[in-house]
Formats: sequence, C-alpha cells, structure tokens
Amino acid sequence: MARTADGPPTAESARRAVEAVWRIESARIVSALARYTGDFSLAEDVAQEAVAEALVSWARDGAPDSPVGWLLATARRRAIDGFRRRSALEDRYSALPVASPVSASDEDLLWDPDRVDDDILALMFIACHPVLSPEARVALTLRTVGGLSSEEIARAFLVPAPTIQARITRAKKTIAAAGVPFALPPAAERRDRLSGMLSVLYVIFTEGSTATAGDRLLRTDLAYEAIRLSRMLTALLPMEPEAFGLQALCELTAARFPARTGPDGAAVLLEDQDRRLWDRSAIRRGRAALDRASALGRGLGPYGLQAAIAACHAAAPSVAETDWDRIVLLYEALGRVAPSPIVDLNRAVAVAMAHGPESALSIVDELVATDRLSGSHLLPSVRGELLRRLGRTREARAELELAARLCTNTRERDVLLLKAAGLS
Amino acid sequence: MAKYMLIMRGTEETTAAMMATPFDEMMAKMGRVNEEMIRAGVLLTGEGLDDPGQGVVVDLSNETPVVTDGPYGETKELFGGFWMLDVASKDEAVEWAKRLPRMPGAKCEIRRVPTIDEFPQDNEWVVKERAFRERTGQL
Repeated sequence: MARTADGPPTAESARRAVEAVWRIESARIVSALARYTGDFSLAEDVAQEAVAEALVSWARDGAPDSPVGWLLATARRRAIDGFRRRSALEDRYSALPVASPVSASDEDLLWDPDRVDDDILALMFIACHPVLSPEARVALTLRTVGGLSSEEIARAFLVPAPTIQARITRAKKTIAAAGVPFALPPAAERRDRLSGMLSVLYVIFTEGSTATAGDRLLRTDLAYEAIRLSRMLTALLPMEPEAFGLQALCELTAARFPARTGPDGAAVLLEDQDRRLWDRSAIRRGRAALDRASALGRGLGPYGLQAAIAACHAAAPSVAETDWDRIVLLYEALGRVAPSPIVDLNRAVAVAMAHGPESALSIVDELVATDRLSGSHLLPSVRGELLRRLGRTREARAELELAARLCTNTRERDVLLLKAAGLS
Repeated sequence: MAKYMLIMRGTEETTAAMMATPFDEMMAKMGRVNEEMIRAGVLLTGEGLDDPGQGVVVDLSNETPVVTDGPYGETKELFGGFWMLDVASKDEAVEWAKRLPRMPGAKCEIRRVPTIDEFPQDNEWVVKERAFRERTGQL
C-alpha cells in the first residue's frame, strides 16, 4: 500500500484519490469492461460498484499501488459474479463463460492501443446514442466518458443528485432495451452519429459557459470538461475537421472566460471586456485546432465556422479594430451550412458593426416578422441595442425591458435592466 | 481547471540508470505516459533535458557569477524535464505523476503554475510580458 506524507488514509483522502483516478480512467475502464462483458449497462454498473468499494477500501487501507488495476479487477470480479448469478437463475450454468481469476494481466486489457481507441470511441458513441434523450446523453457522457460522479453532474446542472442518478439508470435501460451493441456505428451512420456526439459535447460546453438559469454566469468546470472531452475526441479522430472545429470553438470561447465576469460577478459584454485577461495559450490552442480543421481540406463545418468567428475576435485588440467584414462573411457561410435564426441574429450584430445599425435592423425586423425567435430575450435585446444606436430611445427602452422580462439568467437580466434604465 | 507543472528530478543514479536503458525502451516508457496524457486531453506541453554532463551551472550567490561545468557533484538533485498539464485538481496532477516510469532515485515535483491574470494587470512588467505572449503565443 502506498504511504502518503499526509498521514493515515481517511474517507476524505480516499474520496480525493478515487475521484482523481476515476477522472483519468473511467473511459478506459468502462469501455474495456463493456468489451469484456459485451454489455455496456452491466459494465457501467460494475464500474460504479468498484468505485463505491474503492471509497470504503481505500479509506481503510490507503490507495493501492495500482489504483487502475485495483478498480478494473474489482469491477471484473463483480461482472463475473453477475454472470454467475444470471446463469444460475437461468439454470444454464454450463453455458457460463469460464472467467479466469483476476490477474496482473487485467491492466493489459487497457493496453491494446488499437482496441483502446475503438473502445473509447464506441463508449462515446453509445453515451451519445440517438435513442437517448438529449439530457440523458449529456449525463451519460459526463459520467462514463468524463468520469464525473452523479453528485458533480447534479451540482453542475443545478438539479438534485437522485434526478441525475435516475436519468442515468433510465438511459442504461433504454440502451439495453434497444439492443444497442457495444461497437462503433456502421459506416453509413458514422457521419450523423459523429455530428450527434459533437452536439452533446457542445451542449455541455455551452451549459458550462452560460448558465441557462440561476445566478451564476459561468460554470467553467463543466465547460473545461467539454474541452477535455473534445481534446480526447480529436486525439482519437485526427482526420475529422469538425471534431477540430469544435475543439477550436471551445478553446477560443473559453479563452475569454477570465474577462467575462466583473469582480462583483456581473456579466461583462464583449465590447467592455479587458482583453488583457484573455487566455493567450487557450487562443493559441484554438487557432492550432482551427488550422488543423482547415488543413484537412474538406471545408469548415458549423463548428469550424463558429471557431473562425471566435478567432477573429481573439485576434482583435478592440471591438472597433475587429475584422467585422470577415465576420459577416463567416456568418453568411454559417447560415448556409447550418441555417438558424440565432445565426441570422448574430449576422445582424456583425452587420451593424461593419455597416451600421440601419442595415442590421432590417435583418432583425425580418426575424420579428417571421416570428422565428419569439420567446427568446436575444431578439429584443439586439433590436433594443440597434434602436438605441439609431436614437429611437423610447422604442429601444421598451425592447430592452421586454428582453429583461424574457431573460432567465439573473446576471444577464441585470445588464439589460441597467441598459434600459440608462435610456430614461 | 488549473495548470500544473510536473518536474522530473533525479540523482546521478537516475541518470546512470537512464543511460543504461536501451533507447527504444526508454522512449516507449516515456511515450506511453505522454500518449496517455494526450489522449486524456490534459497535456499542454513538455520537454526533456539533455545529459546533465553537457550542462553548465552559473553560480549567482556572489556579485561575480561563477561558471562551472555540469551540475554534477554540486547538487543532490538534477532536473530532467517537465510536463505542463491542464487538470481539474492537484490530486489529478498527483495521479498523473504516479504514472511516470519508475527509476532509481527519481522524483517528480508538482507545482501549480499561476496564470498571468493572477498578477496585477497594470504592472509595467506584466504588461510587457503579456505583449510578448500575445506576439508569440507562448503559454
């Protein structure tokens, strides 16, 4: 048993050790077990049982010399017990796969690089499987691939832990019921499934970068987890431009995090941000990923284009010195590959910067006329801002107040109300 | 997330053991850990240092600097290289350090790397350093 300088093992030291090991190893352990048992749900169950056992055992005896081997061996033992129970119930004892006792070769299960890559990818695909609800995909990805506990996920999404627990249990049942095999998706589905997976990672990132509800503007741990997962994915899929596009987008957006909240926790808009606080190394990583996405020569997809827009901001010393013409072009391209009213709205903002509020207002009014963003605070907040610049103060104020009523993030709402109040 | 530097420290014994290990074996041992770090999405950068016998030490304890060959004999511990990791906690950094190859006399020191926004932004030297980082994209 490893000795630590900070005294005898405790429940706290065990929890920290288990958490750290699990974050690093959950994907490899769960996917190796899924391959070994051929059953993803069982693999996840026994892996969680091993984690629970580690919390007790490591608190008593200290962390083992090989924590990974310990977790894998324990989980594998549980899986074998499960097989035996099941076989006994079904009275087919003779059909039992003859399971060898746990051995030092357990860790070798994790070190067949060709299989490990495919296993981890298969795990990411299954966690993001289209039979699951979007919430279930997020929870399952964070838990099995990211190695977060249900409690950590619950904290990040501001819901009670049993809710997440239930969501994951239901998700595993759905996968078992649908007979989803633990394997890479067939070639014909690969493209759609990959874009589904990227969107799960992006949802995790945006959830972490702008809270949809509550009083915290940033839940950066969640956003950084999404970045880590996107880095994992690009290491596994070095030929997929959109995987790099997503990584670039996340890195470049996260580079602005240090400047996005003031000392009092209030939101700071892009134009007012202290750009000295932007994380240059994150910008560099984002640019490198974007270069890779471009170099693959298949054109930029929706994530790559958004990353290219973020790169324009990252390169600009100020709002005024931003290459807004290029941003307008990039939004036009984005609108073609991924049409959405939000993209149109962002294009309007860029047009306002490049050519003035008048031409932007016509894009926004078109959105109002076609009723494509009703209920979102973004449309009235942009419209209010454009009207303000055009000197139509009374209308501007009404729009900003409407935006504030529609906004669910209290920090953002404060900014809108402050702006509206400034127009009296 | 936070940046941690994992610093390899060894003794003359460590250097000797490394020299005695066949090149391919050494590369495979190190490469495997590096690859794990890359695949886990935590490695930012890292470097290994050349043979300490080729190094020099500049003693700065007196007004006149004194240059001597190599850190041999003067110091019990030799720096061998570093990794810069982006991890969730110090515990996670420790966990990565435990995965480094075992070598006689080798130790890994783990230190958090403060980010530049932890320094006063108006300090003229911080301003200059930031400008350099912006120009060159340094970490």
